[in-house]
Amino acid sequence: MIDVRELTFSYRGRGPNRASSFGMQVQEFTVPVGACTALVGPSGSGKTTLLGLIAGTLRATSGRIVVNDQTITDLDDGDLGRFRLRSVGQVFQAFELLGYLTVAENVLLPWYICGDGGVADVRKRAEDLLQGVGLGSKLNALPGELSQGEQQRVAVCRAMLNKPSLLLADEPTGNLDQENKQNVVDLLLGQARDHDSTLLMVTHDESLLGEFDSVFDMGNVAQPFDVTTRQ
Amino acid sequence: MTGALYLGWRYLAHHRFKSSILIASITLMLFLPAATWLLVEDSATALTARADVTPLILGARGSELELVLNTLYFHAESPAEIDNQTLVEAQATGLADVIPIHSRFQAQGAPIVGTSLEYFNFRDLNIAEGRQMGLLGECVIGANVAARLGLVPGESITSSPETVFDIAGVYPLKMTIAGVLARNGTADDDAVFVDVRTAWIIQGLGHGHADLATPGAPVLSRREGMITANASLTQYAEITRDNISAFHFHGSTDSFPLTSIIAVPPDQKNNALLRGRYQDSDSLQLVVPGKVLDDLLETVFAVQNYVILGLAILSLATVAVITLVFLLSQQLRKGEFHTLLRIGASRGYVSVLVASEIGFVFLISALLAVILTLITRYYAMQILQTILTL
Repeated sequence: MIDVRELTFSYRGRGPNRASSFGMQVQEFTVPVGACTALVGPSGSGKTTLLGLIAGTLRATSGRIVVNDQTITDLDDGDLGRFRLRSVGQVFQAFELLGYLTVAENVLLPWYICGDGGVADVRKRAEDLLQGVGLGSKLNALPGELSQGEQQRVAVCRAMLNKPSLLLADEPTGNLDQENKQNVVDLLLGQARDHDSTLLMVTHDESLLGEFDSVFDMGNVAQPFDVTTRQ
Repeated sequence: MTGALYLGWRYLAHHRFKSSILIASITLMLFLPAATWLLVEDSATALTARADVTPLILGARGSELELVLNTLYFHAESPAEIDNQTLVEAQATGLADVIPIHSRFQAQGAPIVGTSLEYFNFRDLNIAEGRQMGLLGECVIGANVAARLGLVPGESITSSPETVFDIAGVYPLKMTIAGVLARNGTADDDAVFVDVRTAWIIQGLGHGHADLATPGAPVLSRREGMITANASLTQYAEITRDNISAFHFHGSTDSFPLTSIIAVPPDQKNNALLRGRYQDSDSLQLVVPGKVLDDLLETVFAVQNYVILGLAILSLATVAVITLVFLLSQQLRKGEFHTLLRIGASRGYVSVLVASEIGFVFLISALLAVILTLITRYYAMQILQTILTL
């Protein structure tokens, strides 16, 4: 479950980053355990920021975020890192695969960072995940040798490696054609439902919303404010 | 943190070309000063070691260095010659044992050293195969010559003409190999040793041919005890048991040439007395090889210091460029590090990843530099011999 209460976030850009100053407030936002939820809204409404706050890559100015009974706003940086590695799978718009690692190694990346579990078991799981998305024959290929749809499937497998209870996807279809968009959304929903993970996906594409359990409009979730005028 | 090390290694392996250039630069930066220093130190040790066990060298006035290098290494330009009478006179002083050296000719790339059997005792040279030379025209060869040319006792080696344009010059002499010397890691391994009289034959001061007094000999004219051979008379180009008695020298051997004489006084007193004997000679010089080489090495060490200083400055420039390459690389990889942090890596993990890459590059470079330095050290003597040959 995701439970966000009385959350405030503000970022004051300085110098050339002044234009990127941003502030928002979320009074209450809840996603039930195992729900597949889409978050929609115009650019600049704070969707990605909210995802970052829930993942713990951004720090809230005030308020509380609870993910599966863990109050992540109370965690320090080290604990937040461990929380992300063990409980959160993330899929990014630009895939963010490492070009010098093979497909299998990219899926194993969270394990290279945390080192939990035996290498044989983790490797087997990575190969199973890749077989499941039709990339069993490309374990040793480099990301540059794959199509964009294939790269995003690898990114989904990487996010699923540690069997996360929370799957966050930030516009994962933003760089894909229509056919691949549907495939990736189907894959995310399938993986989340198969592993009882809670899925929160940010998207602009309303044609993909039909299969989600719930859809939140960011305009109703968060209220932006001008950080330059607010103390 | 083993994962960070693995990722670092994979990054370097994937960017092979860039990594190789970095490794090559650092390897050279480490290897060149180390190799220069070692090569000079080893060369100095080897040079002085041979010089220190050679008490005195007597030769014609001229370059002391040329005289010492020719006597010790047989490779430098031949110094001005002295005559064999000098050897007789030095021996007659009773102040030292004297060993003739005639080092002027070559045989298939190896210097021919005309000397006496005392040389082998003096240098503690032992026969590994065959026997010591006993007859005119025989030789013993150094271990490296035998290995390089694939020669064994019983086979032969031919002296090389001094110049291919000397059509009126002496014939090359085919010498029988009596024995091969045991390797001792000095210039002796690369030389062909003959009796000094054989060296004189190579120089054309002695020869053998058919007896012109016998009937049927190729004689052009005979008058008043003077016999002129015709053009069909050929000199022997090989000394065998059958023709050795026909070999003879014209004139007194006292006037025959030597390139130098090794003098071995029994003690310091005789050493000093002998040096005094030749101090004021106009045509001869008696030098202490160790001192001559010390003077040379003083110059070499001074040059070495400048070379190492130059290399150190180059190394600083290389370090600056390598640092720049690493910093630019980190800048370009900001996105990758950001991804790692978003997935859950700590900043410490990213630092270890970067440090492991730098560490691997320096470790491999250091390893290569050590291997190259060891190889250089292994071949130091051959490199030194080559330098001396130049």
